[in-house]
Amino acid sequence: MQPTDTHSPDYFHKVVDCQWACPAHTPVPEYIRLIAAGRYTDAYMVNWQSNVFPGILGRTCDRPCEPACRRGRVEKEPVAICRLKRVAADNKNDVAALLPRSPEQSNGKRVALVGAGPASLTVARDLAPLGYHVVVYDGDPNAGGMIRTQIPRFRLPERVIDEEVGYITGIGGIELRLGQRVDSMKQLLIEGYDAIFVGSGAPRGRELDIPGRREAAANIHIGIDWLSSVSFGHVHKIGKRVIVLGGGNTAMDCCRTSRRLGGEDVKVIVRSGFAEMKASPWEKEDAMHEDIPILNYLVPKAFTHENGKLTSAVFEKVKAEYDAKGRRKLVPTGEPDQSFACDDVLVAIGQENAFPWIERDIGIAFDEWNMPKVDPKTMASTHPKVFFGGDAAFGPKNIIWAVAHGHDAAISIDKLLHGEDIARRPPPQVNLTSQKMGIHEWSYNNAISNDVRYRVPLREKNVALTDVRLEVELGFDQKLGFLEAQRCLNCDVQTVFTAPLCIECDACVDICPVDCITFGDNGDESDLRQRLNQPARNLSQALYVSNTLKTGRIMAKDEDVCLHCGLCAERCPTGAWDMQKFLLDMTLAGPACRSR
Amino acid sequence: MTYLAKPKLHHPALPKNKLGFTRRDYEGAVSTLCAGCGHDSISAAIIQACFELALPPHRIAKLSGIGCSSKTPTYFLGVSHGFNSVHGRMPSVLTGANLANRDLIYLGVSGDGDSASIGLGQFAHVLRRGVNMVYIVENNGVYGLTKGQFSATSDKGSKSKRGVQNMDAPIDMIGMALQLGATFVARSFSGDKAQLVPLVMAALHHHGAAFIDVISPCVAFNNHVGSTKSFDYVREHNDAVNRLDVIEGRAEITADYAPGTVESVVQHDGSVLRLRKIHADYDPHDRISAMAFLQERQAAGEIVTGLLYVDPEAHDLHDHVETVEKPLNELGEAELIPGNEALQKLNASLR
Repeated sequence: MQPTDTHSPDYFHKVVDCQWACPAHTPVPEYIRLIAAGRYTDAYMVNWQSNVFPGILGRTCDRPCEPACRRGRVEKEPVAICRLKRVAADNKNDVAALLPRSPEQSNGKRVALVGAGPASLTVARDLAPLGYHVVVYDGDPNAGGMIRTQIPRFRLPERVIDEEVGYITGIGGIELRLGQRVDSMKQLLIEGYDAIFVGSGAPRGRELDIPGRREAAANIHIGIDWLSSVSFGHVHKIGKRVIVLGGGNTAMDCCRTSRRLGGEDVKVIVRSGFAEMKASPWEKEDAMHEDIPILNYLVPKAFTHENGKLTSAVFEKVKAEYDAKGRRKLVPTGEPDQSFACDDVLVAIGQENAFPWIERDIGIAFDEWNMPKVDPKTMASTHPKVFFGGDAAFGPKNIIWAVAHGHDAAISIDKLLHGEDIARRPPPQVNLTSQKMGIHEWSYNNAISNDVRYRVPLREKNVALTDVRLEVELGFDQKLGFLEAQRCLNCDVQTVFTAPLCIECDACVDICPVDCITFGDNGDESDLRQRLNQPARNLSQALYVSNTLKTGRIMAKDEDVCLHCGLCAERCPTGAWDMQKFLLDMTLAGPACRSR
Repeated sequence: MTYLAKPKLHHPALPKNKLGFTRRDYEGAVSTLCAGCGHDSISAAIIQACFELALPPHRIAKLSGIGCSSKTPTYFLGVSHGFNSVHGRMPSVLTGANLANRDLIYLGVSGDGDSASIGLGQFAHVLRRGVNMVYIVENNGVYGLTKGQFSATSDKGSKSKRGVQNMDAPIDMIGMALQLGATFVARSFSGDKAQLVPLVMAALHHHGAAFIDVISPCVAFNNHVGSTKSFDYVREHNDAVNRLDVIEGRAEITADYAPGTVESVVQHDGSVLRLRKIHADYDPHDRISAMAFLQERQAAGEIVTGLLYVDPEAHDLHDHVETVEKPLNELGEAELIPGNEALQKLNASLR
């Protein structure tokens, strides 16, 4: 193998699994250390800079970081990264003075944002401090988009939304046109904006057209519409027996909301098996904790009704079969249909995008699925002035992806309006600093905690279920937050090897608790991976290979399960190993993203 | 300055031996020796050897004297028996322990100061008595704990860190071991675990006095240009006569060897040592030619390593003095107090 090029920003970035997995590339270990140090405000601002909605995401994020967390590969469960973010948000001081303000002098450019959800608000936050005049349109009376309409209040209190949306609208230079739905893109273009960003989400719940649907319509609701009616206070109760159809996170929100609005016998019924459900494992757990059974392999067939009133839902029993290519097919088992009596049904079987308001003859191309053609790097459509982001760009994803799209679109808009090529993307800002303070002394806490993942304290169930607006999770307190933060392995403190200093004494090999380091003959990657002290079977993790050493051998380190404990560097007599903190900040819109 | 304990977390695929232990279960407390010390590599080799042989840790006794090397038993086999003796007196304590309980596995760990200076007499006698043990000398040629004076094994002409030459002749511990009747004699290098681990495993299987001299560079005081016990010098002058693979309870080694290059030695306990020859005509069963070869290579400035001598049919001290088969702590009252009749018989035999 060739010696590893650690100068490429990607190499060490990939080692920080959580940051690499995060669409916005939030420097997770950095803010977790700040939480452990009690510097909650600083931890919050590291987050705010990167993911814009720390308090909201700390309660609702889809947490792609956690399945990636290295801790999950060396013991049972990852660090509770998401809920630690909330610790920073809950315990911070007033951050008003730390937030950017729009300059007194506008730069004369006007940008329209369609939709006031997380994607648009991110664009607004990135552009307003640069002097852009940002106009935000939304059909709803309040800003926030799906954060406000679809996420139930018992998971995310309204004050948190108000606070974090307020941090953005408070920047200045942002004009909110709420209650104004955009009906025509053509019209918007005529208004002469310098750029337009579409962050209108995936606002349409998928319909379930089976017999009885129309006749019993009064008691059959589309999940996301129903959730937003609850959020806006238009709906206060539901029948005692509720069936929720669908296996995604919206279905989980629907069933848990039903339990709080009078649903006593609430069940979730899903076509697929339990493991293949789209809902995150923790959301399924939360639902089951609230005594909601999840029934699998049942395909809805019909609704029965009497005098226009829903009486039951009928399901066909299926099983999963896999073809030679591993594709799943659901085939009927031939067992008799199952019928469940119910008072109300919530349909949460998916969301769709809808762009009836974008004329198809104005230069914005759509693909065969009626989705706009969007460049995934620049978020540009085929119209030079129009950009997309969030669920509007590539279909339903989640908040953190919407934030990442927003940052990318803001960079494109800023570059476009400075006459630059938007295809040339700015590199991240990278810093690598030794953490050595003295012999056996590092500027990070390198002792490895043996604690297993801490559970977030919950409100007592009988209390939690009484009020749809009562937050069910209490969050970690400072003590639990500290203990959970100590579980972080500090993967951003990198093991950096300097081959000319190495005397091949084996001290690092002997001390390494996870056997990641091997000295041996070079070879091609697949051969080398087999020959290591512990074979490196996780191909998604890199091998760190040194230059040839004095004996003709090389040092090869498997990054997979390194604890970043720094013992290799502590036991190294010559300083060939050093622990260096790798801090990567994504470049946001502004002078740093431009080439001139 | 704090020493962090080695984290408990280990590689998820870490193999287990037939006792269900991982290699980590054979570790001890974290080393407080200097970073990079060769002794730590020897500790790691002992850990690896005991793990691979699936030795029950509670059946091992590790004994040592005084010195950097004699500190190391703290750093391996944390749940085995241990005895840290007076300086240079480990061999007599080991002999006593062995006589009392012949069923334990005895591992003596010492250094060049402990064994070649203050304990030279004890070293000589424990070997000539053939005590069943593994005696490892972690040999760095300096007194590391007292800031690097030359030790008795320092080669003539070797330079100290300050550039002073050693003018005294070195004590050749391998030569002594061969002469005094050790039945398993090997030399290795702390920087070559591929060679050292099988040697320790073979020595643990040996029935009789097994001696291993391990050159172990002192990173703090004896790893400079001009030293004959530095990493670089030992690597440049390492003249291995053979490579050893131990076969015992492990997958059959399937590597193809050219005919005539491999010799299998069956030891007393049935373990098979597979020796891959590097010097085609070196015979590890011929004590006298081994001694001659070693002297010759030493004069040429080479450090001969490998399994230098082995007597697979060796006898130990218990065989010589015909002691009782059982450890003393397993003898019952009837065996310990045989009664007046037996006493009369014994007295009569001495008249």
